[in-house]
Amino acid sequence: MNLAPVTGSASTRPRRAPRPIRAVRGLKAGHAFVAGYVVLLAAFGIVPSAYGIYFAFTNSANYFAGLSNFTAAARDFRYLPAVGHVAGYLVIWLVALVVFVTALALVLHQLPARRIGRLVRFLYYIPGALAGAASVMVWLFMLDPTVSPASSFLRLLGYGTFGQVIEPGHLAVLFAMIAFWTGAGGWIVVMYGALNNIPLDVIDAARIDGAGRWQIARRIQIPMLRKWIVYMVILAFATGTQLFVEPQLISEASLGVAGRDYSLNQLSYDFAFQNNNVNYAAAISVELLVVSLVVAAVFVTRSRFFDAD
Amino acid sequence: MALVIRAVRGRRHPRPSITRAVLAIGVAALLAGTVAACGNGSSGNASSSGGTKDGFTQAPQSSGTLTVWVDSTRVPAAQAYKKAHPDVKLNIVTYDGDANGSNTLQTKVDLYDRTGSGWPDVVFSAENNEISWAVNAGFTAPLNEGLIPSSTLNNFATGSLAPCTVNGKVYCLRNDLAADVLWYNATLMEQWGYQVPTTWPQYEQLGLEVAKQHPGYLVGNAGDTFTPEIYMWASQCQANQITGLRAVTVNVTSPSCTRMASLLDTLIKVGSMSKLSVFSTAFDKKEKGKVLMLPGPAWFGGAVFDSSSGLNTPKGQITVAPMPQWPGSATPSTGDVGGGLWLLSAHSTHLAEAVNFITWVTGNNAYQADLAPGLPAYVPAAAAWLANQAKSGYYVGNITSTLQQAAGQVWSGWGYGQFSQEAIWASAIDPGLTAGKTITSMLPAWQSSITQHAQADGYRVSQ
Repeated sequence: MNLAPVTGSASTRPRRAPRPIRAVRGLKAGHAFVAGYVVLLAAFGIVPSAYGIYFAFTNSANYFAGLSNFTAAARDFRYLPAVGHVAGYLVIWLVALVVFVTALALVLHQLPARRIGRLVRFLYYIPGALAGAASVMVWLFMLDPTVSPASSFLRLLGYGTFGQVIEPGHLAVLFAMIAFWTGAGGWIVVMYGALNNIPLDVIDAARIDGAGRWQIARRIQIPMLRKWIVYMVILAFATGTQLFVEPQLISEASLGVAGRDYSLNQLSYDFAFQNNNVNYAAAISVELLVVSLVVAAVFVTRSRFFDAD
Repeated sequence: MALVIRAVRGRRHPRPSITRAVLAIGVAALLAGTVAACGNGSSGNASSSGGTKDGFTQAPQSSGTLTVWVDSTRVPAAQAYKKAHPDVKLNIVTYDGDANGSNTLQTKVDLYDRTGSGWPDVVFSAENNEISWAVNAGFTAPLNEGLIPSSTLNNFATGSLAPCTVNGKVYCLRNDLAADVLWYNATLMEQWGYQVPTTWPQYEQLGLEVAKQHPGYLVGNAGDTFTPEIYMWASQCQANQITGLRAVTVNVTSPSCTRMASLLDTLIKVGSMSKLSVFSTAFDKKEKGKVLMLPGPAWFGGAVFDSSSGLNTPKGQITVAPMPQWPGSATPSTGDVGGGLWLLSAHSTHLAEAVNFITWVTGNNAYQADLAPGLPAYVPAAAAWLANQAKSGYYVGNITSTLQQAAGQVWSGWGYGQFSQEAIWASAIDPGLTAGKTITSMLPAWQSSITQHAQADGYRVSQ
């Protein structure tokens, strides 16, 4: 959710300072700022990815294996169900994220009192402050009718036991809810910031032309948020395809009743540590990488993401 | 590009197999300018100065802190050892005990194998199938090749080291005996004039009567991941017959399975068989005081009935009977749930201390007789444990002979494969059970799930 590297690199590139001395100094500072990121990117991003790609195309004896790891992993009985699960989850989650984050940011932006606005922004953000697994732990309690603060609501829906709440058909929705609760707050705050960046005179002009709140939102604000929404979808898609913590914890909490081998990343984990096959595991990881790259590329080119306004 | 890379790296827990393992070697590889150079992920831990002794290659020995991994139930064992050996430096690590097929231990050991360090010296595991991978992985040390004298090993109950034994070598010590028996509330049985069933048809009949005459009371429970190890195992269901190193026979639609499935379905339908887990908060809340009978392992006494976090049944009500039998079966048979194993790491650099620890926690009365919740596998400790149970007066009558007899009746046709039968049952049967399907209708799904998981672990499956 940290936007610094993106905005940083985007703003340093196009700027051409008129005087060369300042440009050199600016370049140095820029490099210094980016250097730390580049080191981490190499250590935790590029090298592991390269290592993963190496594993994906070799066998356990370290010989080149072509695409055999990919085909063998895809033939595993858990593979297609996992693809289906992740796809279903992504649809629910991405739609919910785009619709609700945009709507809530707009509502937040319309709040008349500054204090309430600040408080609400803070409340939205709190869940995101909990580290990944911890926030899922909270949900384990929420979803168990015997201990949940929302037990009466769960019972109203007809769920008397944890087992009924987490039946297989519910999982995609549950994971989307958990992911939304943990991740959406940060995005709402980002969208709110983006809304603040829309020049007031544009809004005023629209208002003078007779646009109501709804029309301003639909015709001015949402179109001007487009790039932010695209950015959110790209990141959320990549995060979503790597679904892991939610099903893994639900699986452990339910003693394996629900969520085991649910997502592709879990399958990759199982291949690596249960079936002792790092190569199949890497093949799945590489697939996720490729899918995310392709989707990101499509979104970036279609939305003309890097075009200057 | 930076954006895109960030996009795919944005997850909190991405590609764990690669990311973690690579941290140390990966950076070095980058500096060396080649990634391919670090491709060999296998460990190079065997030390030249250690040498082969006691039947395996040992690491150079040194003194230092002994690291032991235990589940929360076994923490008192490690603490008792510490108390008895104040001079030994002990690092007690609590983990999930690998229970319910969580696979934690194998995952961690695999990572340590890749990094070449970090293994615990001694591990407790609640899963009886650890040896199926731990021997191949070179993680466990053989114990009967010099580390532990046969006089000590002979003190473990007959057959109790079966899950530890491969080709005559013993790779772990059994913590407790976990054979299934019929736990029941003697007070209620007497009050209502019921006879303790000795056959499964009698048991089923009693379950039907209880449902009618005392609705809400239970004669059993089928909502745990180890449910198949109580009922299906006792019924000699051919779900897990390990016939070779990588071969298993699975036939769960045979009569020995369907008879038990239909019994469970009948009693679930009338309500005298619970679909909850005995370890769920819902079970403790709803069924406290409502359990008339409960087929289950020897450790149910301490872990479910006489437990403040369980049913907390008052003293003087609970006792055991042998597991019911099917009429016409030649020899009585029962199942077995866990029982726990102590593994000793072949990578340990403190073997002497580790051996001392592992023999103490399995055999010393200070833990096994006085603190352990279940019947010790170590016979002398078991005698003391049983005497303690008799002294405490918690159980009605003497439960000693029933528990000891059950330990010798565990059906040997249910083996210890690498795939977790508990995990398979949990995902193949439990959701359907919750949704109201019958176990009988799900037996084909169980069959195919066992087959698929076994094949994924490289087993040849025959029917």
